[in-house]
Amino acid sequence: MTVMEQRGAYRPTPPPAWQPRTDPAPLLPDAEPYRVLGTDAAAQADPELLRRLYAQLVRGRRYNVQATALTKQGRLAVYPSSTGQEACEVAAALALQERDWLFPSYRDTLAAVARGVDPVEALTLLRGDWHTGYDPYEHRVAPLCTPLATQLPHAVGLAHAARLKGDDVVALAMVGDGGTSEGDFHEALNFAAVWQAPVVFLVQNNGFAISVPLAKQTAAPSLAHKAVGYGMPGRLVDGNDAAAVHEVLTDAVRHAREGGGPTLVEAVTYRIEAHTNADDATRYRGDAEVETWREHDPIQLLERELTARGLLDEDAKQSARDAAETMAADLRARMNQDAVLDPMDLFAHVYAEPTPQLREQRDLLRAELEAEHADQEGTHR
Amino acid sequence: MTTVALKPATMAQALTRALRDAMAADPTVHVLGEDVGTLGGVFRVTDGLAAEFGEDRCTDTPLAEAGILGTAVGMAMYGLRPVVEMQFDAFAYPAFEQLISHVARMRNRTRGRMPLPITVRVPYGGGIGGVEHHSDSSEAYYMATPGLHVVTPATVADAYGLLRAAIASDDPVVVLEPKRLYWSKDSWNPEEPQSVEPIGRAVVRRPGRSATLITYGPSVPVCLEAAEAARAEGWDLEVVDLRSLVPFDDETVCASVRRTGRAVVVHESGSFGGPGGEIAARVTERCFHHLEAPVLRVAGFDLPYPPPMLERHHLPGVDRILDAVARLQWEADN
Repeated sequence: MTVMEQRGAYRPTPPPAWQPRTDPAPLLPDAEPYRVLGTDAAAQADPELLRRLYAQLVRGRRYNVQATALTKQGRLAVYPSSTGQEACEVAAALALQERDWLFPSYRDTLAAVARGVDPVEALTLLRGDWHTGYDPYEHRVAPLCTPLATQLPHAVGLAHAARLKGDDVVALAMVGDGGTSEGDFHEALNFAAVWQAPVVFLVQNNGFAISVPLAKQTAAPSLAHKAVGYGMPGRLVDGNDAAAVHEVLTDAVRHAREGGGPTLVEAVTYRIEAHTNADDATRYRGDAEVETWREHDPIQLLERELTARGLLDEDAKQSARDAAETMAADLRARMNQDAVLDPMDLFAHVYAEPTPQLREQRDLLRAELEAEHADQEGTHR
Repeated sequence: MTTVALKPATMAQALTRALRDAMAADPTVHVLGEDVGTLGGVFRVTDGLAAEFGEDRCTDTPLAEAGILGTAVGMAMYGLRPVVEMQFDAFAYPAFEQLISHVARMRNRTRGRMPLPITVRVPYGGGIGGVEHHSDSSEAYYMATPGLHVVTPATVADAYGLLRAAIASDDPVVVLEPKRLYWSKDSWNPEEPQSVEPIGRAVVRRPGRSATLITYGPSVPVCLEAAEAARAEGWDLEVVDLRSLVPFDDETVCASVRRTGRAVVVHESGSFGGPGGEIAARVTERCFHHLEAPVLRVAGFDLPYPPPMLERHHLPGVDRILDAVARLQWEADN
């Protein structure tokens, strides 16, 4: 007999009955990444869509190759290649309607370009002539974001504002596996779920945050599992299967647009190149691993499917390659022109109206430039 | 001509009125933050807004400052004018990355295409007996971030005017609200609240000829008290209330110092790396030949904000200000 029972009288009031707020089962991701290509589901896929995806993948790969070459020529300060991840980039852009918004991270240049951003303007951040070359409102693409995961709450706020205004706009926010460790990832997902904001979060799990592998990044069963903790569905998809990524993202976008709230999608993919040209990937991963992923190349996967089904002949392949080559040649030619910069622009966009302090500094720079100009004139004479 | 009776009002009431008037005038103005809805804010500054404008316009958010400010960025991108409340000065720190990496520079990084009209309200400063993390003076961090405007009212009328101006601004404005002045009363006409002039203008609160006290926010009433006390010493002190830390009103400040020839900068924030250093440097650069003595600083000590039972030793008070003024005289006489 316990002491409490001996004393007899005291019985604590039971707490109010506890109820889970949400049944977690429907939110859980499948055990395996969802696949379409090479499965029975492929027969359901729209042939026209698959051909569009293919052309965009080929173009995206060529863009990655060209931009990487431009870093070697000193035309780009840095380029974080998305080679191997083109299916995620392309599917992200194609899953959206024109009125929707894309919130890319710094590696998602291709998604921005696939949404219509000028290929040169998409590179100004990396080229170093201005932070954002394009007008974010023109194609509804937020500036490429360098701090990790900080663009995710922006996507939530924009989607929330759109819904308050009565617009059926969806925001798609992209982040890498490393970004899921940031506080802003947590806060964005939590806000989105509480507000039932029409947002889709796409995590491109490419295996590494610079050099740190996923196993050192998280102890979660998968990144898609994190969704359950916020009360939103988590979906796991093969990130190299363009048809699968497109289908899952299109579903999530539709779900959000119809008022169903946010979804977290984890696309399992791989970064074939190093983090950037400044990184040495051989220090943290072996060739064998990279080769395994090369075998699972997004372009080859789709090409095999289309060819097997008689949806892609040699002419169609050649025409995709030609279009990509034209884009690359144009990109090369325009990037090889020196940017024309006006130093006075430094002061143009700090505030709507420059402060008196900035006006003084602007006058100082103008005087310096005039003196420099006069010197050059003198030298030339 | 009709005369409207002036009634006593608190600074908190004027701030509430400013939010209400801004929300009524412009449907894109949205208030969001922790406890701003049903509770009306822990200082009751947002009292009644959710009831009047609905929870979509005055929203209780999850408890997450980076999330509050980060979602406000997205809302501003879509054409709203968010006014966010950071419950206490030190609670704003988790939002600093959003503030510095995005809020302050979105206009700049998009070449003017994406301005962010966000108002960040931060109750700040000590003197209310708050426990740790409830009394910081964080103005130096905001001042050091290009792209932000930083204002701080010291009077009931300015609280209304500066908050209205902040909300109307097309650029982000940090409004530092001196907590210990929330309940300070002033005769104010709540029927016809007047806006102050655009952000960036200091004001001479008390004219004088012996020396200028340059101050702002919670230290303004302390300086006015010091100026009254100084009369017994035969000193006639001028008190300049900056109101706006960014942009800084060199013109008003320097005109005053050139008249008096002596200046003391007074603020609660620590002295080292604090606003006073910047202000003293600006005054020295512009008024060196008019100065009879070095520009002195009377500030909080350079330590983490002390526990409430010791804060009176930390906060610049009348005696410490008068001692500094006495030193100015000494410098002048020797």
